[in-house]
Amino acid sequence: MSDITVKINSQECKAQEGEYILNVARANGIFIPAICYLTRCSPTLACRICLVEADGKQVYACNAKVKNGMNIETVTENILKERRAIMEVYDVNHPLQCGVCDQSGSCELQNYTLELGVDSQTYSIADTVRESKNWSSVLHYDAGLCIVCERCVTVCKDMIGDSAIKTTARGGEALDKSYKDTMPKDAYAMWNKLQKSVIAPSNGTEQTNCSDCGECVAVCPVGALVSRDFVYTTNAWELNRIPATCAHCSSGCHIYYETKPTSISNREEKIYRVTNEWNYMSLCGAGRFGYDFENTNVSKDEKAFALAIEAFKKAQTIRFNATITNEEALMLQTLKEKLGVKLVNDEVRAFQKFLNAYSDASGKSLYGSDFKELMNSDFIISVGSILRKDNPNARYVFNNVQKMNKGAGLYFHPIGDTVIPTFGKSVETFNHKVGLEEAVCYLILDLFAPKDKLSDEVKDYIESFKDGDTNGLVELLGKDSAKFKASFDKMMGKKSSFGLMVGEDFFYHEKSENLAKLIALIEEVTPLNIAFIPPKSNALGVSLICELDDEATGYTIGYNENGDFKLSALGDGNLDIPALNQQEGTLTNMNKKVVPTNSALEYNGYELNDIMKALFDVPRLAIDWTAYLPVDKGFMSHEFDSLPNHYTNAGVELRGYSLVKFTREANEIKVDRFDEKAILEGDIVCRANPQRQFSDFTDKAHQINEAFGLYVSDAKSKSIGTSKAEISFGDERLILDVMVDDRMEGDIVALPDFQSKHNVYGLFGTSRYKIVTIKGV
Amino acid sequence: MSLEQFKDRNVGVQNYRQLDLPQSPTTAMCKVKQVAKRSLKGELFVGLGVTVREMVSTLFGKGLHTTQYPFEKLPISPRYRAIHEMLRLLESGNYRCIGCGLCEKICISNCISMETRYDENQRKEVSAYTINFGRCIFCGYCAEVCPELAIVHGGRYETASEQRASFSLFEDMLTPIDQLSLQQEYQGFGAVSPNADDNIKKTPLAY
Ligand code: SF4
Ligand code: SF4
Ligand code: SF4
Ligand code: SF4
Ligand code: SF4
Ligand code: FES
Repeated sequence: MSDITVKINSQECKAQEGEYILNVARANGIFIPAICYLTRCSPTLACRICLVEADGKQVYACNAKVKNGMNIETVTENILKERRAIMEVYDVNHPLQCGVCDQSGSCELQNYTLELGVDSQTYSIADTVRESKNWSSVLHYDAGLCIVCERCVTVCKDMIGDSAIKTTARGGEALDKSYKDTMPKDAYAMWNKLQKSVIAPSNGTEQTNCSDCGECVAVCPVGALVSRDFVYTTNAWELNRIPATCAHCSSGCHIYYETKPTSISNREEKIYRVTNEWNYMSLCGAGRFGYDFENTNVSKDEKAFALAIEAFKKAQTIRFNATITNEEALMLQTLKEKLGVKLVNDEVRAFQKFLNAYSDASGKSLYGSDFKELMNSDFIISVGSILRKDNPNARYVFNNVQKMNKGAGLYFHPIGDTVIPTFGKSVETFNHKVGLEEAVCYLILDLFAPKDKLSDEVKDYIESFKDGDTNGLVELLGKDSAKFKASFDKMMGKKSSFGLMVGEDFFYHEKSENLAKLIALIEEVTPLNIAFIPPKSNALGVSLICELDDEATGYTIGYNENGDFKLSALGDGNLDIPALNQQEGTLTNMNKKVVPTNSALEYNGYELNDIMKALFDVPRLAIDWTAYLPVDKGFMSHEFDSLPNHYTNAGVELRGYSLVKFTREANEIKVDRFDEKAILEGDIVCRANPQRQFSDFTDKAHQINEAFGLYVSDAKSKSIGTSKAEISFGDERLILDVMVDDRMEGDIVALPDFQSKHNVYGLFGTSRYKIVTIKGV
Repeated sequence: MSLEQFKDRNVGVQNYRQLDLPQSPTTAMCKVKQVAKRSLKGELFVGLGVTVREMVSTLFGKGLHTTQYPFEKLPISPRYRAIHEMLRLLESGNYRCIGCGLCEKICISNCISMETRYDENQRKEVSAYTINFGRCIFCGYCAEVCPELAIVHGGRYETASEQRASFSLFEDMLTPIDQLSLQQEYQGFGAVSPNADDNIKKTPLAY
């Protein structure tokens, strides 16, 4: 990758070797029409409208790479002819229903039709009946409007990884032969393909049965794919777009809340949908559809407020979770410093310990890489994370590496998943026994560490597993070592950058300290770039800002958690507080960025800062705290209002700022051996949420309907045999509905933690897995 | 909030033409002369003459021109812009409005507001619609922009009411179904021009 210069329409443009012409043009503010191309996905050449002339030859800007000194013309007479013909073709039989269409006003078909001045039609063909269908609980597909640009198919395959939709036969008439000679060439080719296809679920049924992320809806240039809840409820231009940050998981995705008054009689703003910059950032179903978790109808309840002040004065513990802004976390930390309360956070504590252990061992305050960088690697490894459920964007990264960088991947997790192996041909999955996470690390060391960099002790330990050609570590983790060796050698071919993502299993682990050291060692001696997946929303921010305690004692205040006095944004507490879509502030995401979020909805009640004001002399607004976030932990003293929150045309993310990373001299990393006796055997339950559920807030949203229950694989549900099961953790037992997750494999069952009322963290303690007894009832 | 939107005053292409007016008087003398010339010209009596002529002819000739309002009303030009009406399709009796929201968007006083939904027949249904006549300036933009000729101005110019909200709901403006046969096609602002057919380019059809 080196800097080169090209000329586009005689304008000098800097570019990187290997970039597509289209992206260079966009970064330099030069317009080239393009419909089917998605940044970060592979070009499909469905629309062909991006034709340009490069050094005298017609090429497609979205898949032709720039070369040094190239001369590019974006408009020639022939190109204009092609483009006009392409737009005419798109308009053939397109229903004249912009008047009711949801995309009208932001429709790329409208825009390009106008841009190219299409005011008459030359072509025609008999139309085919194309019906609209509901593909899932959120997807509404109107085949009549579809222009078969395949953007939905592409994003679902290259980014999301579900590959849940594909093109299928339309059953339309064949094009009239005479067009072949009379039409511009590319327009004909594009029409020929268009006329043959529509989009349908790729499993051959009427239902996609997919992750319901809604990313296909976001990328659709026309009104063909719309979310079922949104269809015909409002026009795009009536909506206010509020740039914000999604509050549900540690990805901290950039989103826009789109609001308008609720109804004619109720003029209060309501969120109608969430949109995103889909060229640069992909959302999951929770972010896109789980937006209505606001705390409604709140007014200033002075009595409750007075009680809250009393409660804070006598509190000994504050229990909270990770769905909280950095500013609120700082306020709680201030309470700890001034009043000596304990801060208890089950969602973050284990992660904080892991991070500290890692820092102690490595001398680095934060993990070295981030998911942006991992996305550019060509070999990616995931350990300790149920990728599909824990963090959607980590999973998109894993998938995107396979699809876009001709990458390879290793996936280590006790729970089998049918989706991961479909990400690419070079993905190897290890469904190892619970308790062998350290063995995973040793295998990674064995595979990637140059032998001279390892201490003799570690080297000998790793060697002790080998017996001739058999690698005992591979066998221990459940694979045939000869077979694995062969495929691993193939996977390593032509690979140059390597990434490792570390998930929640490692934090909630009896041996988490040793695991942290092993990860630090891997980072030091192997070429792997490492990033952690913080367990919940703002876990990273909280772990940096707050000094957390292990145990709650005495009178406890619950901040969105259970307690003797409960402050709740869910409306079920003693005092109401605003939810994250009613609040300004910053969040720290897994890319180690401090990103701002804005309030989309009105809130008239009290917030934490009001309590702070009543107790101490503190700033007037919650966002005044932003500049005081702890600098020694990597935060910067920037005012909230100075933080940007958008992407540029070149795809540069201008959101907040990056945490500063500190390094100091570290001693040699000493790691412990693992103990095979730690393997869990028997009926095992794992603490894991269904996709799209993260917390009480996602659960509150009306479009997120994954229920609280015991999630099991198909096979396991057959062996349980009933629709309800009793699961007992020693004395505690729960009776839950058995839910089949047909993408899960194996016998381990998953118990969600998104409803705080069940106190699931209490059942699991410091680990993520437990041996339980499960019986059908 | 940024003031950007208020600073752009370039509302249209402004091509005013100056009239050929004579020079205004400058000295005191000139001013006196101009006053004298205008007062003594006798134009005043031309006007008076017309009045007297009409009075005489009314009293002794053609009869009264006075309309006994409110018992009598003059027919009003179809181009007059009074309280809106919502028209129906003559064949089916369905209302014409498709809920496109263009009137809501174009309304210069931001007084139209509507709710739409996905109905049982997979169509867009207007579930509520209102115009706040306390704010409407009867500019006619909504009638002009409407692609369905659904919203039009009616002839009902008496807008005094006990409350502003009067006449403002969809049902109030909609042609009553039993008076469908009396519904008149609107001729005013935004109506189809008589030569509309000539301006249409034909699109080829394959069936
Ligand atoms: S998809 Fe675009 S062109 Fe088609 S009806 Fe909708 S707004 Fe109109
Ligand atoms: S909702 Fe997401 S997973 Fe489902 S088809 Fe669309 S892009 Fe694919
Ligand atoms: S549904 Fe939308 S994104 Fe998918 S092919 Fe059709 S027009 Fe393109
Ligand atoms: S007449 Fe003008 S002001 Fe009144 S509703 Fe129509 S567009 Fe709005
Ligand atoms: S412009 Fe006409 S069709 Fe569109 S919403 Fe208004 S009244 Fe209805
Ligand atoms: S954008 Fe290049 S072919 Fe469609």
